[in-house]
This record gives sequence, C-alpha cells and structure tokens, in this order.
Amino acid sequence: MSVIQVNQLSKHFGALKAVDGLSFSVNQGEVFGFLGQNGSGKSTTIRMLLSLIHPTSGSIELFGKSLEANRTAILEEVGAIIERPDLYPYLTAKEHLQLFAKLRSKKITNANIDNTLVKVGLMDRSKDKVQSFSLGMKQRLGIAIALVHNPSLIILDEPTNGLDPQGISDIRNLIQSLAREEGKTVLVSSHLLSEIEQMATQIMIIHKGQKVAEGPIQKLLDPTKMIVHVKTTNDAQSLQVILSGSFSNYLLQRKDGIYLRIPDYEIPLLNASLINAGVGLVGVETRNSLEDYFLQVTSNTN
Amino acid sequence: MKAIISIELYKIFRRPRTYIAFGAIAALIMVIQLGLKMDGQSYAAFLMKDINDTLTVDGKVLNGYLICYILLQLLLVHVPLLVALIAADMISGEANLGTLRLLFTTPYSRTQWVMGKFIAASIYTIVLLIWLAFLALFVSMWVFGTDDLFLMKSNYVVLIQEKDVLWRYVGAFVFASFSLLTVTSLGFLMSSISNNSIGPIVGTMSAIVFFTILSTLNIPLFSVVKPYLFTTHMNNWKEFFDIKVNENNEAIYGTILNVAKIKTSLIVLTLHIILFVTASVIITKRKDILS
Repeated sequence: MSVIQVNQLSKHFGALKAVDGLSFSVNQGEVFGFLGQNGSGKSTTIRMLLSLIHPTSGSIELFGKSLEANRTAILEEVGAIIERPDLYPYLTAKEHLQLFAKLRSKKITNANIDNTLVKVGLMDRSKDKVQSFSLGMKQRLGIAIALVHNPSLIILDEPTNGLDPQGISDIRNLIQSLAREEGKTVLVSSHLLSEIEQMATQIMIIHKGQKVAEGPIQKLLDPTKMIVHVKTTNDAQSLQVILSGSFSNYLLQRKDGIYLRIPDYEIPLLNASLINAGVGLVGVETRNSLEDYFLQVTSNTN
Repeated sequence: MKAIISIELYKIFRRPRTYIAFGAIAALIMVIQLGLKMDGQSYAAFLMKDINDTLTVDGKVLNGYLICYILLQLLLVHVPLLVALIAADMISGEANLGTLRLLFTTPYSRTQWVMGKFIAASIYTIVLLIWLAFLALFVSMWVFGTDDLFLMKSNYVVLIQEKDVLWRYVGAFVFASFSLLTVTSLGFLMSSISNNSIGPIVGTMSAIVFFTILSTLNIPLFSVVKPYLFTTHMNNWKEFFDIKVNENNEAIYGTILNVAKIKTSLIVLTLHIILFVTASVIITKRKDILS
C-alpha cells in the first residue's frame, strides 16, 4: 500500500522551477531516502508534503487520501522535522513535548512523553531549557516532537544535522527500528549519503527539481553493475575503443573522466580491449557506493 | 482551538518579554502616584488656580478617581505600544524563530492557528488592561481615598458625584479594551505579512503614530478620512466622563452626554478589528512557509 503518492508535482517561484513534474510513491514500512544537492528541490517537496507550501500543480495523496481535501486528518498521522531544529529557547525539552502532545487528538500520557525522551536520549536533560542545548540536542528534541504522537508516517529532513558520530548512529538505529519493528513509513533526506545507504530501502534522487533516479537501493547499487572509473594516458583513444565495442552501452560520463556502469565480469574484458588497442592504462577504479552513484547521476544531468 | 489558545497563552506568559509591559505600567503608575502623594496639594492648587475666584470646592479634589483619570490620560496613549510588542510578534516571531513550520504541520488549519493566536493575544491585552485598571484605579482609591470627581475640561468643568463614578470607569475600561484590541489586530495583521520580529512591531507603532497625527490635525483635507480612522475613536473612553446637565447646569446623575459618539466609536473599532483579523487569516492561508 502506498503511504505517499505524488503525481506530477510542481512548484514554481516566479521563473524558478523549484520542483518540476515530480512523481513518486512510498510504500508502508519503507525507509525512503530522498536525495539531492542543495537547492535541488528536496525541502520544497517535503514542505509540499506537509502542506507548508502550496503546489503550483500536481497532486499529493497520503494514506490514499488527497492532502488538500483531508489535510487535518492526514496530519494527525504524520510527524516531521524540517531542516533546522527550531524550537522555543525559553521552554524545556519536556514542555516542548507536552505542548505538541496537546495538539494531537490521541491521548498522550506523561509516560509516552518520557518514553520518547528516552528514545532520543534526552531524558536526563528533560527539565533544561532549550537555550542551553547544543545543535545535536535540539535535533534530538526535534525528532522527539516528530515521534511523540506515534505517527504512521515520519518525514525527516536532514535529521542527522549537528549530531556527533554516536548521535548519527543512534538516530540511524532508531529510524531502522521504527520501520522494521513498528512498521512505520519513514521518508528521510540527508546529505550524509553513507547514512542513507545504511538505512534506506528505497531511494530517489532529484536534481534541479526533477527526478533523476529512483528504486530499491540494492538494485541501484547492483554489485554486478560496478561503476568503473577508467584512467588512461589517452582518454580520446580510450573513448574510441569503448564506443566502437560492446562497452558503449555502459558509458556514463565523458566529461571529467571515463566512467562506465558495467557488470563486474566484463571488467577484465574492458581491460584487455584497452590494452590490445594500445591505450596506456593507468588504472581501473571500481566504485559502488551511493555517493558515487549520486555524483554520477547528478553530474550527468548538469 | 482550545488547545491552540492554551498553548499560545502558555508561550506568551513563559516569555520574559511579556513582563516588560506589566513592569513598565507598574513603574509608571507608581512613580506618578508617589509624586502626587508627595506633592499632590501643589498640583491640585495648580489645577484650580484659574477657577479659585469663581468656585469654591469642598472636599478632596485629589482623590483616587481623579488620579485614575490623570493616569489613563497619560497611559492609554502609550499602552498600545506595549500591546504591539506582543501582538505584532505572534506570527512573525514564530516565522523568524522557525517554529511556525512546526505549528503548521499539526492537525489544525491555518485559520484555526491565526484565530487561536489572536484570541491568546487578545487575552494578554485584556490582562494587561486589568493590571492597568487595578493599579490606576483600585490602588489609587486605596492610597488617595475617594470623593466626587472634579474634572477640568478645556472650557468647562465637570463634577461627578462619588457614587456616580465607578461604573463610568468600568465603561471606560471596557471601551479601552476595544481600542487596545484594535491595536492588537493591527499588530497581528503586520505580523502576518512579515517574517521578522522587529518589522511588524515598528510597523504597528508607526501606523499608530501616523494615524494619530492625522486624527489630531485640523486640516480640511484629512477631515474626510478622520471619522474612519481607528485612532480618531481610540480615546473616546473620555466620553464616559461627560455628563448631561439640567437647565440649572447641574449634573444629571447616571447620564452620559454623548452616548451616540461612544456607540459610533465602538462600531468603527469593531469593524477595524474584523477587517484586520480577516486580512491576517487570508494572508496567512495563502502564504508559503519558507522560513
């Protein structure tokens, strides 16, 4: 079942197309990694999903219902943090949760609030005012606010901002357990691609407001289709060899080096072809991280 | 809606800034009361110097009722500025802090948020006015005692019997609440337009100063708009202290000279409140939250 269904979503700010005809869906229980460079339209999309920004065109359905027509009922089941953890400096951590708990129709007990504080590791600072908190602690509290009403859909925009390595690991484990153990759907955007790689089951990459890649992370990072950076003494000659042979279909980029997305068993054949053609082969570097994939697909569309 | 109002009130009264207005009013009133307690007789003599030859006044001229009238004349001009400090920050302050996006992702409509915030800001305004009334009226009555209210107007004097005064103050404070709620709604409108804290506060104060000047200038060009400006009507609480007189120029107990003027002012102020709040709702609903 699709928890999020977005169709042809666009947002224009004057001449700027921040989001341009974006369509995607997120299924229940998935951790959906939402990736894109700064200014790619991630936050605008997330804000549209939370009805903070009015779309120029397109439709958003959450839990199978139109967001526009059922906003209030839908938002009962959504918890979110958006970019920075902006909070009230004069209130304590616990007061924040108590205030936001009041805004939900579900009954949220004091024990629920304490459990949420324990979950994000803030129980021992629950009575401290937020003005004394570090960025990482504010981020944890922001996540606690998103979770306090036990929502079915959690939207986290840059949840690991400002966290130390232990904090990043804690939040990653929390997100994974929310999806695996509690069946919650999580849409998470982050600049830390290695984190997304570890926690997401599905990813989407947008660039300049448009989708450039989407799919299960295992499929996109298929080990049988390595990304190979070929370093030679003569790139022009290497390209000729690649384009004239059976490797042309694998070519990803020609601008800042030669990159191919190629099955691992074909790499020796590629080596042999280049050597046979007399190309001075400096090295063949294989990569298969989300970061490399991200850089490839976003630079391809530049 | 009830949840929004209680949360907004909680936030208002947890902020240190809120108490600046309460402190400022208390300090001003106490300074004036202290001054009049210490040197009140010479002040009373100064007030009476022009009429001492034609009128003999028995009793306590400088009593709690007169002190309250003096205080209201001085303070009700400035209290709107203190109200603006909170009201003009209600939406823009949250936008500036970044918390508006947290609020607007809760299961309440933006109309509910704006109305809830306006009601909370209005409650703050009324509490501030009650504080003002307590200090200016009841503390003055306690410190200076009570007697008939003797008021010097520009070309006549008004003498109101002691037992005919208190209800007039109740009326004056109710009227003042409409004046201050108009300022609250104007601050609110400014707050819905901007995304920073300072702009709407300064904007509200500037608008009050600007329209007050227009209201008080006796230039024919502005006479057309004057009746429609809220600032023209804000000080009409004083009408509660103008009393009808009989053919012997004696005050008629329990009367107000110009009830129609009070009614007109209340209607104009109420229309301004409705206009400003409606505009705030429309602007906030259409706004993209980019902060």
